[in-house]
Formats: sequence, C-alpha cells, structure tokens
Amino acid sequence: MGPASAFDRARAPFEGPNTAGNTRGFWIGFLAVFAVLLIYPLLFGAYAASNAAQFLFSAILGLSLCFVWGYAGILSFGQVVFYGIAGYTFGLLSLNFGSALVTTLALPAAVAIATLGAFVLGYFMFYGEVRDVYVTILTLVVTLVLYTFMGQTAGSEWTIGSVALGGFNGMPAIPNLTLGVDESALRLSGATFYWFTLLSLAVIYLGLRALVNGRFGYTMVAVREDEDRTQMLGYDVRRVKLLVFVIGGALAGFAGVLYATWGNYINPDVFGITFASIPVVWVTVGGRRSLLGAIVATVAIEWFRQQLAVTGSQYAIVVVGALLLAVVLVLPEGVVPWMRARLRNRSEHPQSTDSTGVVE
Amino acid sequence: MNPFNLFFQFADSFAFIVLSAVGLAVIFGMMGVINLGHGEFIMIGAYGTTLVANAGAPLVAAMIVGVIVTAVFGFLVERTIVSGAAINWVAERTLGRSVIEPLYDRLLDSMVATWAIGLILTQGVRIVFGNSIPQLNTPLGSIQYGGFSYSVYRLVLSLVAVCVLVGLYAVFTHTKFGVRARATIQDPETARSLGVNTDEMYTTTFVIGSALAGLTGALYAPSLTVVPSMGTSFLVEAFVAVVVGGPSVLFGTTLSGGLLGAINALFTNLYGTFFGQIAMLLTAILVIRLLSNGLTGLVETVRDRKVGE
Repeated sequence: MGPASAFDRARAPFEGPNTAGNTRGFWIGFLAVFAVLLIYPLLFGAYAASNAAQFLFSAILGLSLCFVWGYAGILSFGQVVFYGIAGYTFGLLSLNFGSALVTTLALPAAVAIATLGAFVLGYFMFYGEVRDVYVTILTLVVTLVLYTFMGQTAGSEWTIGSVALGGFNGMPAIPNLTLGVDESALRLSGATFYWFTLLSLAVIYLGLRALVNGRFGYTMVAVREDEDRTQMLGYDVRRVKLLVFVIGGALAGFAGVLYATWGNYINPDVFGITFASIPVVWVTVGGRRSLLGAIVATVAIEWFRQQLAVTGSQYAIVVVGALLLAVVLVLPEGVVPWMRARLRNRSEHPQSTDSTGVVE
Repeated sequence: MNPFNLFFQFADSFAFIVLSAVGLAVIFGMMGVINLGHGEFIMIGAYGTTLVANAGAPLVAAMIVGVIVTAVFGFLVERTIVSGAAINWVAERTLGRSVIEPLYDRLLDSMVATWAIGLILTQGVRIVFGNSIPQLNTPLGSIQYGGFSYSVYRLVLSLVAVCVLVGLYAVFTHTKFGVRARATIQDPETARSLGVNTDEMYTTTFVIGSALAGLTGALYAPSLTVVPSMGTSFLVEAFVAVVVGGPSVLFGTTLSGGLLGAINALFTNLYGTFFGQIAMLLTAILVIRLLSNGLTGLVETVRDRKVGE
C-alpha cells in the first residue's frame, strides 16, 4: 500500500456530493494553503497574525450559518445571538473569578451556555412547528430583543457578580484566551491566538465536511429539499432541525468567545441589525451550499471591509450591499459553486467556451 | 394609571404599528416578496418630506412629494431588481439571454436582496446628506388635560392609520384592480389566461406598497428624528405586525396593530418604554409560536368551528 492510497483513504470520510473539493488535487491544495497559513505569523509578525485571526473566527461564524442555512434550509439571523451570548458569558465568568483555571474553563462554559440558548430557542421554534420565513423573522426578533435589552444595561443594577454589563459602553478588559492552571497557563495572544483560531477553523471545517457527507448530512439535505417527504420516510424532522440548530449555535458561540478574547471587549453591537446581517452576506456571496465558499467569502469580505475602513472610506457598506445584491440576482448559488461549475465545464470540454455558468 | 394616558398611548402605538406594517403587508401578502428594505423605503419618504419642507414648501405638499418620490423609487426597484425586467431587457440585447429570475415567491432570496437594498440606501443617504439634516417641527400643537399634554398631530396620525386601512380594504375588495390583484396572487396562471397582465399587477402592487411606506415616512417626518438609520425602528414593528397578523394581511395588520398596540401601551404605562417594547416583542414571539397562522388564522378557525356547530 503506497502513500497515495493511504492519502486517498484518509480523505474518504470528508468527501461526498454535499461538498466541493473531492479530488486529490483539492486536498493537496488544501494542505498547501493550510501550511502557508501556518507560517503566516512567522513571515509577517504577531500583529498581522492577530489581525488575520479575526477573519478566521469570523469564518467560523460564517460556517455556523452555512451549516444551518445551506444544509438544513434554516435561514437564521440569530447566529449572532449565540455569538454574543457566549462572548458575554466568557467575559462574566473570567472577569468575576480572574483565575487562570476559571478563564480556561470559561471557554467550554460559554460555548455550553450558547448551545443551551440554541437548544431552548430551537426547541421552542421547531417543536412549535414554526417554519421557513417565520423562523427567520423569529430569530431576527430575538436578536433585536437582546440588542434592546443589552443596550439598556448601563445602570449599576445590571451588575452580575462584580462585573457590570455596561449597556452600550460594553464590557472591557476581558482576559485573553487561557489554557492551563496558575502561572504556567498559556495565555493566547498574537501568533498563538492566531494558531489556535486557525487550527479550530480547520478542525471545524473538516468536522462539518464529515458530518454533511455522512448519514446525518443526507438527512439534513433531505429536510432542506422537502420536509414533508422526509417526515413521510420516517425521519423526525423537528429533531433533525433542532440538532442542526444546536450545532450551529455551539459553533457560533465558540466564534463569539474568540471574538471577545481577541478584542478583550464586547458590546451590544454584536446583537445589532447590521452585524446580524453580515453572516448572511458572507454565506450568500460564498454560496450557501458550500462550506468552503463560506470561509473564502467571509475572509475576503471582512478583509475588504477592513481595507475600506482603514482608508476611511464610507463606501464599504455600499459596496458590500451592491455585491450582495449582484450575487443574489445573478448567481443565486453563490460565487464558489459557480466557479466550481465553470472549472468542471472547462476540464470536461477543454475547447468549449460555453458561458452558461449556471450551477447544475 | 391615567386612562387618558393609556388611551393616547394605545392610539399612538396602534398608528405606529399599522403605518409601519401596511406597506410591507401589501407587498408580502400580494407578491410573496419580503421587503427587508421596507424601513429604508420609509426613510426615503421621510427624507423627501423633510428636504422639500425645509426648502420652503408647505408641509402637506412636502408630504405628497415624499410619497411620490418613494413610489417612483419603488417602481425602479421593482423593474430592475424584484422582477429583473429592466436588467433582463438589457441582458437579452447584449448577452442574448436573461440573467435574473424574478424574486416573486422566493421568500429567502427576496429577503436577502431587499436587505442589500436597505444597506445601500442607509449608507447612501448618509454619504449624500450626512448624519443629520435640519428637522421639522411637529405641527398642530398639543392638548392639555390634568397635568399632561398630548400632541394633536399624533392623534391625527392614528386617524390616518384607520383611514389607510379602510381605504386599502375598499381598493382590494371593491375595485377591478383589487379583484385582478387578488386573482394574480391566488393563481397567476389562470389570471393570465383570463387576460390579466400579471406583470403589471405585481409592479402596481409593489408601487402601492412603496407609496404606503413613503406615506408612513412622510407622516412621521415631523414627529420623529429623521436620520439615515431610522428605518430599523420601523422594520421591527412592521415585521412583527405582519407575522403576527397572518396570511390575511390587511385584516391581520389591523388585529395585530390592536393587540400589540394594547400590550405596548399597557406595559409602557406601567413600567416604561423599554418594557413596553420588550413585552410587545415577547407577545409576538408567543403568537408566532402558538398560532402558526397568526391572528387571522385563529379567527378563521373559530369561525369554522362556529359554522360547524
């Protein structure tokens, strides 16, 4: 058995009709890009790495929406709810206790709270037969309730333990992500934080690929395509949707903790209507049925927004809006699936200059 | 709790909810398009009114201009984006094929597309007019009672809200246009085969919805702060009202305006504005959860049961 067949066997669980990139070439490219990203901090220094890390944890938030929307058909404006809840929980726990051990445990605890939040909301919606666009609007309303609520917590009565929620002033001085006990604990910042985020993103991407190409993934896609028929075939649609929503909530929560520790700060804007819509932009542009598309589009759009913000341009949102509009109208499947179809066309008919770039 | 306060508060919330929602309700109910840019359409109406009034025009004339500007804008959006007709017209002559599928009955895509329009509008207006423009004064003064005062203009708004509802009901049930429009929603194929120009119906409906949004903006321009981001404050109420109302949009909007307005008024009076807002949103969540067809669905069920007996 040569190394090539071992490589093929290793990639088998991550491949299937529900994701792009099922060739040896794709995985070699994937490993190459991953390797370049790994040495990025060594090439450009800790500051650039820290800056790049925000694109990576944003991509995790993007993946969480891509998973629930693209694969189970649940368009949620509420991913930022779990993002924000986890960020605030992490801040509350780590600031209240201050020890390295609690800060270490605050990560799983915050993700658990976000997951619980997703479970409660998901149970409430899916077991109450709330469907389609009503789910979208309900998640939007929940987001805005939290925004309104957190916005008015500036007073001293909104203090949990010794930490004030702070209203629109936000919650400052959230400690860095910490792994370990006492003085020996590893405090992640700059390059180490970047590596942690990059590794998490890679693991989550691969994990989701394995999930959507497995039995559960097929069930999810069946629910997306036709709920009633899936139900007729004996699947509990409500449970599938709840499970998907909970997984999505956990991922968004994880990204939220990374966000809070990255800037050492969180404020109610994470529940604001603009921020709530940004993941929808990422996923739509990248291609909602493409995990890779979500990552690429998130990084590209966030990088672009930052470039425009750095140059002081007020046109960032206009350009993002126009891009979103163009994609929804002309390429409803998203950019990455479209490029994939173009590439496939080209390799199958090398001479043809067929311009019908419509996906399948 | 002063009963007058409660009543005025109710009239105020009822008007706000109904006027916010009605344009959205018409477009959603008739076309299956969710206009997430609805709040920004309202903002356009408010800007049109404020700018024209600041230029010296009388308020009512400025309001009419605000409505017309929004209606024209709605027409352009419908032709270029929602139906894609204008873009496809160009594309067919240059690329030889159409590039855009109409957004009718593509709920999620229409949400994302109109959301993008909203983003562009908010920021576009901010770039052109800055973060604030000179504001209008609220006309008509106020009435005094037992140590409180209440703006007459706001009272007029609640009357206008009722008139708008009655007017729309009349248009959609008692005119040829209304019958054609409803035929188009129920069964576009059959309507077309009976000679209804469904494209035109969709466009007209969208323009009516936009004009209503413009009217809302025009009416609230003198009594709210007109800023680029003002659309958001309407959007939430609008959505909640339409969703709580259920499939029969006009009747539903009236009912949800009544229910949510009452709850908002009660809790605002008891515990302040913030709790009024929260109580209203929580009620909406409960209604969506418990009544999958909204309030009109509930009314229909009760009626069916009565008939059954």
